[in-house]
Amino acid sequence: MTATAFTPLASLVGGGLIGLSAVMLMAFEGRIAGISGIASRLLPPYSDGAFAGRLAFVAGLVAAPLAYAGVTGSFPVQTVEAGWPLLVLAGLLVGFGSVWGNGCTSGHGICGLSRLSLRSLVAVLVFMTTAIATVFVTRHLL
Amino acid sequence: MPVLLQFLTGLVFGVGLLVAGMSDPAKVLNFLDLAAIPAGTWDASLAFVMAGGIAVAFIGFRLVLKRPHPVFAERYSLPTATAVDTRILAGPAIFGIGWGLAGFCPGPALTALGYGTAEALVFILAMLAGMAAARRLARTQGTQALLPRSSS
Repeated sequence: MTATAFTPLASLVGGGLIGLSAVMLMAFEGRIAGISGIASRLLPPYSDGAFAGRLAFVAGLVAAPLAYAGVTGSFPVQTVEAGWPLLVLAGLLVGFGSVWGNGCTSGHGICGLSRLSLRSLVAVLVFMTTAIATVFVTRHLL
Repeated sequence: MPVLLQFLTGLVFGVGLLVAGMSDPAKVLNFLDLAAIPAGTWDASLAFVMAGGIAVAFIGFRLVLKRPHPVFAERYSLPTATAVDTRILAGPAIFGIGWGLAGFCPGPALTALGYGTAEALVFILAMLAGMAAARRLARTQGTQALLPRSSS
């Protein structure tokens, strides 16, 4: 494992920007900024005509490190400790679970909790619990 | 909604993740590692990301929803489901295991693509495969995963 510094202020500001983006999407489109929903609807079958907008939103996410590096001169630190087999397994579970549960950390965690949604509260409590349990097992039991 | 505005909205989200440190799986895993609390190595930053995001969205949503309709749409498309059913338990449970295995959730993983690393690409391709599988299973069950206008 790699130690990381506690960054309350940067995390609070970054979280505020995530919230701002969610408010922007609600103001412009009237939609929830759930990344799993936006990403999964890039896959067929298509149910509405919003494909280009979703692709543009995802392109903005992907372009973010380049914009960040352009302004600050360097990329934020990123340490990926998982090997390829684990990344594949984790990706499958994250993809399946987020669609099956209609949301992920953004849709349920930020937007849902902000809307005082009981379903989102349940979702957040469940995924936090299984994520914490998974880290405990992989770091301290295996 | 203009495509450029959609791009900017995604960019703000992504930069938020980067500033918050959430693009670093190690930082996410160090938050989820509660055994680190007694050890003194726990990184509580993620709680502050949630706090900042919810504070802004809680106030912002209320201000925005006072308007009759969105700027570029005829009506708001808010989630309508309220029932706490098996899917709202099973889905997040599976999602959480995947999140805890690698420290990636969908947003940070997509920003990680911008780093141009193979790891991010492998994760994203697997994630899309998992999403496609869930949508297919939902269709065969006759339930609709992620209705066109539902939450995400």
